[in-house]
Amino acid sequence: MLSIGLGHYLTLAAIIFTIGIVGIFLNRKNIIVILMSIELILLAVNINLVSFSIFINDLSGQVFTLFILTVAAAEAAIGLAIIVVYYRNSGTIRVEEIDRLKG
Amino acid sequence: MIAHAIVFYIFSLIAIVSAIMVTVSKNTVNSVFFLILDFISISCLFIMIGAEFLGMIMLIVYVGAVAVLFLFVVMMLNVAQQKNEWFNSSGRSSHIPVGLLVSIIIFFELIIVIGGWKYKPDLLDSIAIEINTDLTNTQSLGSVIYTDYIHLFQLSGMVLLVAMIGAIVLTFRQRSGVKRQSYFKQISRDRKDGIELVDVENNKGVKIDA
Repeated sequence: MLSIGLGHYLTLAAIIFTIGIVGIFLNRKNIIVILMSIELILLAVNINLVSFSIFINDLSGQVFTLFILTVAAAEAAIGLAIIVVYYRNSGTIRVEEIDRLKG
Repeated sequence: MIAHAIVFYIFSLIAIVSAIMVTVSKNTVNSVFFLILDFISISCLFIMIGAEFLGMIMLIVYVGAVAVLFLFVVMMLNVAQQKNEWFNSSGRSSHIPVGLLVSIIIFFELIIVIGGWKYKPDLLDSIAIEINTDLTNTQSLGSVIYTDYIHLFQLSGMVLLVAMIGAIVLTFRQRSGVKRQSYFKQISRDRKDGIELVDVENNKGVKIDA
C-alpha cells in the first residue's frame, strides 16, 4: 500500500481511461466534451507508457509518449476546426441534433 | 517512501476527481477548467517518477495550447449555456445503462489484466534504450530523439504542419463584398495601364473615365 509500484500507476491509468470512455458514451449534449474525453483517454495511454518506461528502465516509452502528445495536439486542433465549421453551417453542435450523417 | 506514497495518492485523487468532473460538469467552461487541473496533476506525477521533460512538455502543450484552444472554441461558439444534462435528457435514454455497463466491463477487464500480468523473463535483455542515470532526463531524451528517432521526429513535425494547414483551410471563409489588396495585380501593372499622356487643347477639358 505504501510502496508505490507499477500497478498503482496502471490502475490510475485504467480509471482515467474508463472515465474517458464513460464521457464518450453518456454525453448527449455537447460534442466538445466528447473531444475532451478523447484527450483524457490519450492521457491515460501516456501514463501507461511513461510508467512502464520508468519501471523497466527503458527510455523508448517516453519517446513514444512525445509522439503521442504531438498527434493528440494535431487531433485536437483539427477536431475543433471541424466543430467550428459545423457550427457555422448548421448553428448547433448538440450531439442529438447532429444527424446529417445518419446512414 | 511514505512521502512518495502520500504525494502519489493526493495527485492521483485530484486527477480522478477532476476527470469525473470533466464529464459530468454542467457548464462546458467548467469542464475545460477541470481538464486543465487534470493535466497539471498528471504532469506532477510524471515529474515525480522521473520523467521531467515529459511533465513539462505536457504542461506547455496541453495546458498552454490545447486547453486554451478548447476554452477559446467554447467561448466563441457560445455553448457555455448549453446544459450538459445527460442523465435527465428528454426521451430515449435507453443507451445510458448500456453505456455504463460497457464501461464497467472495460474497467474490470483492465483491472484483471493489470492484476495478472508478469514480465517476460528475457525482458531485461530486450531493452531498447537503457536509462542512463548520470544524465538528466532531458539530456538522455534529446540524445535519442535526434539520432535514433530522427525520422519519426521529422514525421511528427509533418503531422503538426498538416494539422495546421488543415485547420486553416477548414475554417477559412471567403467573404463577399470585402475589398482585398491583390499584390500580384499591383506589382504586374506597367506604365501603359497606369498612365496615359494626352495633348490637352486649350479651353477644352479631358475626359477622365474613358
